[in-house]
Amino acid sequence: MNFERIREKLNILADAAKYDVSCASSGSDRTNKSQGLGNASKMGICHSYTEDGRCISLLKILLTNHCIFDCAYCVTRKSNDVQRAAFKIQEVVDLTINFYRRNYIEGLFLSSGIFKNADYTMERLVTVAKKLREEENFNGYIHLKSIPGASDELMYEAGLYADRLSVNIEVPTISGLKLLAPDKKHEDFTKPMLKVKNEIVRYKAERKIIKSTPKYAPAGQSTQMIVGASGETDKDIMYSAVHYYKNYQMRRVYYSGYVPVADDMRLPAIGSQVTMLRENRLYQTDWLLRFYGFAINEILNKEHPNLDMDVDPKLSWALRNLHHFPVDVNSADKALLARIPGIGMRSVDKILKARRFRKLNWDHLKKIGVALNRAQYFMVCDSRHWERRDLDAEKIKGMILQTSTGKFRNQYSTQLSLFN
Amino acid sequence: MKPSKTLIYDGSFNGFLTAVFVAFDEKINVADIQKNGQGQNGLFSESETIFTHVEKAKRVWNGIRNKSHNAIANVYFAFLSETEGVELMLYTYIQKLMATTLGKQMDYSDGIVLFIDQLAKKVGREKHRMEAFVRFQLTKDDIYFANIEPDFDVLPLISKHFRNRYADQQWLIYDVKRKYGIYYNLDHVEMVSLNLKEIHFNKIHKSDAFLNEEYDYQTLWNDYFKSTGIKSRINPKLHTQHVPKRYWKYLSEKKEAV
Repeated sequence: MNFERIREKLNILADAAKYDVSCASSGSDRTNKSQGLGNASKMGICHSYTEDGRCISLLKILLTNHCIFDCAYCVTRKSNDVQRAAFKIQEVVDLTINFYRRNYIEGLFLSSGIFKNADYTMERLVTVAKKLREEENFNGYIHLKSIPGASDELMYEAGLYADRLSVNIEVPTISGLKLLAPDKKHEDFTKPMLKVKNEIVRYKAERKIIKSTPKYAPAGQSTQMIVGASGETDKDIMYSAVHYYKNYQMRRVYYSGYVPVADDMRLPAIGSQVTMLRENRLYQTDWLLRFYGFAINEILNKEHPNLDMDVDPKLSWALRNLHHFPVDVNSADKALLARIPGIGMRSVDKILKARRFRKLNWDHLKKIGVALNRAQYFMVCDSRHWERRDLDAEKIKGMILQTSTGKFRNQYSTQLSLFN
Repeated sequence: MKPSKTLIYDGSFNGFLTAVFVAFDEKINVADIQKNGQGQNGLFSESETIFTHVEKAKRVWNGIRNKSHNAIANVYFAFLSETEGVELMLYTYIQKLMATTLGKQMDYSDGIVLFIDQLAKKVGREKHRMEAFVRFQLTKDDIYFANIEPDFDVLPLISKHFRNRYADQQWLIYDVKRKYGIYYNLDHVEMVSLNLKEIHFNKIHKSDAFLNEEYDYQTLWNDYFKSTGIKSRINPKLHTQHVPKRYWKYLSEKKEAV
C-alpha cells in the first residue's frame, strides 16, 4: 500500500463527499453468509460523530472528483479550482475492508463526480460493490449513488449488490434546476429512480412466491434536496418531498441547508448564515408526515407557505386548530394523542399501555416524559387542575415561549440583548 | 407475619434467579437480595445464603418469558446495570408482573415498573454504544484486539453481535474495569481473563504489540474523521452529547483531543 498517496487521496475525496448528508446504515437486514465478513444492522449503528454533530456510519467518499458538469451549488463543479484525485477500484475495496474489520464503519457510501459519461461512471461504482460482495465476501452495508442518466441495465445490476441507492434531486423545483444546473435535465434524475423503484416492487412480489429470491436494494432509495440555494418556499420543498415519498417510495428524503461553496450571482454568498433552524423545521415536518399521521396540506398550504421559525410545526398546527382541543388523554384514540404538542410517539405508546391500569394525572404524564410546558394547554387528564381560561392562540404561544428556551432563539428574536 | 429475610446470592444472574425462585417457593418475606461479600445485615432480619441452581433459575426465566418477552429482556438488562439495590427492585418487578391479569401489558404509571424500564433502556444504550465504539487494533498474532470500559457490564450482551459480524477474524474485547474479556477463536466465543501489562488506549506512543500497518490505518481513519466534518457548522456540545468524553480514551479518532 502506498500509504502517503492513499492518505492524500482520502483527504481530498472524503472532503468532497461530506456534503451528502445521508449516512444512514439502517433498513437492511443482510446477514453474514458462509462465515464471511460483516452483516447489516437493521437499526443502523453510528460509529462516531463529526465535530458538527453528524453521524459517521459509513466510509463516505467519492471515487473521483473529476466532473464534466458545472452545477453552481457543487464544490466539485468543472469550473471550480480545487485539487482533483481519483481512487483505483482496488484501493476503495481495501480501505473499506480494513476500516470495517476494525469496527470503524458499517460499510461504504460511494459516490462520484461524473467523468466521461454517466454510464462509464456508474459502471465503476457497480464494479466496486461487486468486488466487495463477490471477492471479499463482504456482507456489510453498501450505499451507491445512482448517477443521473445511467442506463437501466446498470441500475438493475447496482441494486443486486447495494443495500441502498440514491439520486440527489438537489434543487426541489424544475425552474431552479434550469438556473443552477443547466447541463442536467429533470428526467435524468427520475429515470434511474423509477427503474430502481420498479425493480424493488418486482423483487418484493417475487419473494412472496419464491423465498430464496435474492435481495434487491433492501434498504430502498433515498434522495436529498438543498435548502436555501434557489429561493424556494418550505411549501415547494415539502410538496416535492411528498411527491417522491409517494411516487418513488423513497425511504428518506434529506434536507441539506446550503453551505455556500462558491461566489456566484445565482446563489447566497460565501459566509452567509447557514439555515440550520430551517433545516430542523423541515425535518420536524417530515417526521410529522411519516410517523404522526399528518397530511401535508394541514401543515403547509397557500395561507401558510412557510413554517414558523419560533415554534415547531406541530405546535403551530395546533395553535391554528384550537377547536380540536383540549383532548382527554384518558380516552382519546392514538391518532388524536399523537397530535397533542409535546407528546411524541414514544409517550403515546406508554400512555396507551399505562391507561389500561388507571386514569393518568399530571404526575404520571410528567414521569412518562411528556413535555408538559407545551402539552398542558391542549389536554385534560385525571386532575381537577387544567387550563380553564379561554386563551387565544397568540396568548398560548406567548406563554409557551416564555416558559421554554430554544437554542436557535437568539437568531430570530426581535428583542435586543442587554449585554453584547 | 413471617419475619423478613435477606437473601445472599453469588452475584451471577442465575444466582439471582435462584434467589427469586426460593423466595416465591418458600413464600419468604424478602427484606433484601444481596451479592455475597457486600452483605450488610439488617437489624431485624436474618439472612439466608442461596446456592445457585440452574434448573430453578431456568424455571424463573421461562416463567417471566412466558408472561412477556419484553419483561425478561428488561430484567436481564437491568440486572447487568449493577446498580446498588437493583435486585430488590427486580424482585418487586417480577412480583408485579406475575400478579398482573392484564396479559402482557406493563403499567408505566407504576414507579418501579417505569424505573426498571428506564434502567434497562440505559443498559441497552450502553450496549449499542459499545457496538459502535469498540475500536479493534490488529496485533502481531493476527488478533483484532480492543479495550473497553463500559458503565455497565455489557460484554454478555454484545458478544452475539460481534460473533455474527466478524465471523472470519479472531477478535478479543477486554473489559478493563471488570477484568475479563470475550475472545472469538473463529469457532465460538469464550470468556477470558488476561494479565495485561498495559492498557492499550490511544497513545501517540506506538506499542510493539501491533503491526505498523495498524497505525497507518489509524492515521487514515483519523484523517477521514477530520475531513468529513463541516467547519462552518462546528457544534462541540452536540458532539460530546453523541460521543461522551468518557469514551474518548479508546477512540482512535479522538487521539489528539485526549
